[in-house]
Amino acid sequence: MGRITLDKVTKSFGDVNVIPPLDLTINDGEFVVFVGPSGCGKSTLLRLIAGLEDVSSGQIRIDGDDATNLPPAKRKLAMVFQSYALYPHMSVRKNIAFPMKMAGVPEDEQKRRIEGAAKALNLTDYLDRRPGQLSGGQRQRVAIGRAIVREPSAFLFDEPLSNLDAALRVNMRLEISELHNQLKTTMIYVTHDQVEAMTMADKIVVLRAGHIEQVGSPLELYREPRNKFVAGFIGSPKMNFIEGPVAAQQGAHTIGIRPEHITASATDGMWSGVVGVAEHLGSDTFLHIHETGLAETMTVRVNGEFNLRHGDKVFLTPEMDKLHKFDAKGLRI
Amino acid sequence: MARAVTTQRKIINTAAAWAVGLAIFFPILWTILTSFKTEAQAIADPPLFLGFDWTLENYSVVMERSDYAKYLWNSIIIAGGSTLLGIIIAVPAAWSMAFVPSKRTKDILMWMLSTKMLPAVGVLYPIYLLFIKLGILDSKIGLVIVLMLINLPIIVWMLYTYFKEIPGEILEAARMDGATLKEEVIYILTPMAIPGIASTILLNVILAWNEAFWTLNLTAAKAAPLTAFIASYSSPEGLFYAKLSAASTMAIAPILILGWFSQKQLVSGLTFGAVK
Repeated sequence: MGRITLDKVTKSFGDVNVIPPLDLTINDGEFVVFVGPSGCGKSTLLRLIAGLEDVSSGQIRIDGDDATNLPPAKRKLAMVFQSYALYPHMSVRKNIAFPMKMAGVPEDEQKRRIEGAAKALNLTDYLDRRPGQLSGGQRQRVAIGRAIVREPSAFLFDEPLSNLDAALRVNMRLEISELHNQLKTTMIYVTHDQVEAMTMADKIVVLRAGHIEQVGSPLELYREPRNKFVAGFIGSPKMNFIEGPVAAQQGAHTIGIRPEHITASATDGMWSGVVGVAEHLGSDTFLHIHETGLAETMTVRVNGEFNLRHGDKVFLTPEMDKLHKFDAKGLRI
Repeated sequence: MARAVTTQRKIINTAAAWAVGLAIFFPILWTILTSFKTEAQAIADPPLFLGFDWTLENYSVVMERSDYAKYLWNSIIIAGGSTLLGIIIAVPAAWSMAFVPSKRTKDILMWMLSTKMLPAVGVLYPIYLLFIKLGILDSKIGLVIVLMLINLPIIVWMLYTYFKEIPGEILEAARMDGATLKEEVIYILTPMAIPGIASTILLNVILAWNEAFWTLNLTAAKAAPLTAFIASYSSPEGLFYAKLSAASTMAIAPILILGWFSQKQLVSGLTFGAVK
């Protein structure tokens, strides 16, 4: 079981209030992603749940029991760190065995679990190596192995893929999702990468300056962002924001339209502009369009075959039913 | 951009390095050579480099006249004891400063180091009088305490720097893995810090071994270490360079051998913090 409840939790470092009173419930078996720009408090929040930082006030409950003042070791949570945090002087086998050794698991049971984890994570051939002799991806697998063998009630991941190269990151992302499907254990995952959040989460928690901006499934956040911040943060490339008379016509202070919800044409359309940089991804092309009179740059996603060059005139038409409207405070109308 | 290293450049660099190395080592070499000369040859003009009658006479005279073993034993106790005591006090201090720093940690470190800036002779009187009052003048325990106090700032600084390089996340991982503070220290921190602790011990043994100001001023006969042994061969009886050299060679031999065999540790100790 791994149901985690935060009740009016706050955290201050000296005079700096990092987490204002915050409530959050994470259900058993959920894959929850904390996402937000750097410095938004997402890692601090994870460390509060882990017990590596003490809360300033409020309560943390794990499976209904008050864990606010429990040391990390007693919370039955396992954590995977960004830097892997492997023990450099121990072999992979001993690294994975360490939490079981601390918990006093019998030797043969330890052996069984190590072999199981090593098999699941493709580490069998590396069990007698030191972490220094492994690649980044292998090290991250060892860190995950060390977390799995404890059979924790929840896994905490603190930006685990940030130190890996792009291709490996995509692989590990899939492996962690696969792991969640197999184990069905609660996972809390911190990242600043909205793609990771969108692809992995059952539930995304968007944070800014310690505040929860919105909680919801990836598609809820994509379709109905509660405010401009979430709208701009979720989705790639970023949503276009338009202010002024065009927004006023729609009865809003600001309107937002995603790059994939604008049609570009060489001949006619509602708005016009000049093509700046065109980023060709093969399947799609992202056009950065200037001189629209709406916003400094508008980003539009077009088909990979769409053939306009730098400096060409282009016409744009938004899908009106996909417009997002925001008031002067940036809240969704 | 990588610099091209030509063969010529390599030769010049190697020659220069050897020249500097030999210049530094020369006084020690000269002392060792002189210890095998007769007194007359020792002061010969022009000086004799290798072409002299090698003799062990100075060593036998020195051994006869003074109790080398006693001085050696005192040196070992004083250098070893002060380092050991210093480490025992410094490890927890450095630990707390490295892993649970407060706002004032940096100030405390600077303040500790600032005690090293005071000329030792400035506190000679108070310490001398204190030693008389406590009845520990010319005792090994007194010197162990004084040398420990003198080297403590350096020990704490060195260990602090080493501990700082151990990533905090590894300790946090151990905490998450269920380790208590004691288990964290035994299984994770200490094994990771061993190279650092070893270099610190080594450097401080050498510093304490060579320390002459306090060891000469606070001892007479009973607790006198090898520094006093060398000093006893200087001036009063006139200048006996060969015997003085023999005594010096005997005094530095143990630490020279220790240093030779632990060069790697020493270098990493002296460049601590410089390389990751």
